Amino acid sequence: MADFVSGFWNMYVMGLVALSILFCVVILVANSGGKAPAAGQQAELQSHVWDETLQEYNNPLPRWWMYLFWITIIFAVVYLAMYPGFGNVKGQFGWSSIGQYEAEMARADEQYGPIFNKYLEMDLMAVAADSDANAMGQRMFLTYCAQCHGSAAQGARGFPNLTDNVWNWGGEPETVKATIMHGRFGVMPPFGPVLGTEGVKDVANYVRSLNGLAHDSLRAQRGKEMFDQQCTVCHGADATGNTMLGAPNLTNNVWVYGSSEAAIIEQIANGRQNQMPAFGDFLGEAKVHILAAYVLSLNQGK
Amino acid sequence: MAQKSLHDKIERSVFLMIVLTLLTVSVGGLVEIVPLFFQKSTTQPIDQKGNTLAVKPYDPVRLVGRDIYIREGCYNCHSQMIRPFRSETERYGHYSVAGEFIYDHPFQWGSKRTGPDLHRVGGRYSDEWQRVHLLNPRDVVPESNMPAYYWLDRPAKVADIQTKMRALNMVGLHKYSEEEIAAAPAAVEGLTELDALVAYLQGMGTALQNVR
Repeated sequence: MADFVSGFWNMYVMGLVALSILFCVVILVANSGGKAPAAGQQAELQSHVWDETLQEYNNPLPRWWMYLFWITIIFAVVYLAMYPGFGNVKGQFGWSSIGQYEAEMARADEQYGPIFNKYLEMDLMAVAADSDANAMGQRMFLTYCAQCHGSAAQGARGFPNLTDNVWNWGGEPETVKATIMHGRFGVMPPFGPVLGTEGVKDVANYVRSLNGLAHDSLRAQRGKEMFDQQCTVCHGADATGNTMLGAPNLTNNVWVYGSSEAAIIEQIANGRQNQMPAFGDFLGEAKVHILAAYVLSLNQGK
Repeated sequence: MAQKSLHDKIERSVFLMIVLTLLTVSVGGLVEIVPLFFQKSTTQPIDQKGNTLAVKPYDPVRLVGRDIYIREGCYNCHSQMIRPFRSETERYGHYSVAGEFIYDHPFQWGSKRTGPDLHRVGGRYSDEWQRVHLLNPRDVVPESNMPAYYWLDRPAKVADIQTKMRALNMVGLHKYSEEEIAAAPAAVEGLTELDALVAYLQGMGTALQNVR
């Protein structure tokens, strides 16, 4: 791909670079003349005088300095012959930063690819039982997942705990992997306008009653009627949720946004939208496989 | 004393000294900066291989968000420049290419990473996470040392958006049309600074696919 919009700019760069190097050579040659004064003698004084008596000798340039200058000029020419820089000349080495990057990636794939592929071919639960794979999984989890789910996968308000074996979208191994690969987008519509302020409070009390939390039983009773009309479509008649929609189980006393009456009221009245971003494109299946296994391993025996 | 050399003449003329000095120091800029304005990879929305990228000029909301990013000095701790090294692309995604920044005036590449690089942060977290995290990072990342920007939950300034777009028309590659400028205040009206900043962050680096 010719990157410049016209051939002129190529010549422009080449011209200026060549001219600069040539200029250095000319200046250097022009100033190479002159001999150092013989031992015991002083060099010629220059004509200008400052501050009544201050004068300068006209000594030739020091040899060591001249040689260094020549070396830099030779270095420049050699460099431009070997590396890109002189217009669109690619240089003898054919080096490019993209080429260097791709070589680095190829080396890494060669080194680490077999390790990842070995696990990719294994069943998720088998990988989850492998301590080496879990060590890899944990390192990746800390890099890519801990920002939301916490460094111990304990979750935070708004972001699910991944260690309690409670799964809004399903906990089958392949489903967990699919969640990481493709992400999830959960929507709870706002029910404030439908239920009204009192209605929302009633339903909140009913939801609390399902979890054995303190509630107003009269409100809970009224709330149940509204729940049966409005909420069962997603959360199910028994309020145990629906993993196809990511609708949480409302009976297990696990709360992503808090269990207080105020928190539940806010949730029902304003709804929620939250998202698990897709990591498949970014990480690739092999890494997601190990991550999914790591997450599954955190839920073993729970 | 021999007759005056060229060196002598230049040294004694302020005018010649200034002109020749300027000429000498301008060579670097002439070779390294001027050609950038005539390179496809730096002036067109293309990647390193010449493929077209879906780089979009900032819409008014993202423009407001971007100005908040600048106002709060995010660039002091976050870069927007993923270098082509495996150690960076493994963590952040595809390395940055020049064509992605053609609508950035000024660019926000930054030079220091107290926090992570943000160039491909778009879509990496949910909007909700971004909001919670900006208001108080410790709510989601207990180990974080990022300051809390709790004041961002306030209405975004609408009054100057049109002036801003006109100013960008003078310097930028993208020219906002009069219709776009006329519609801008309505787009920003009613949004908080947080909304605008999140919109800006979520659009970041999405033009180039997040593939390794």
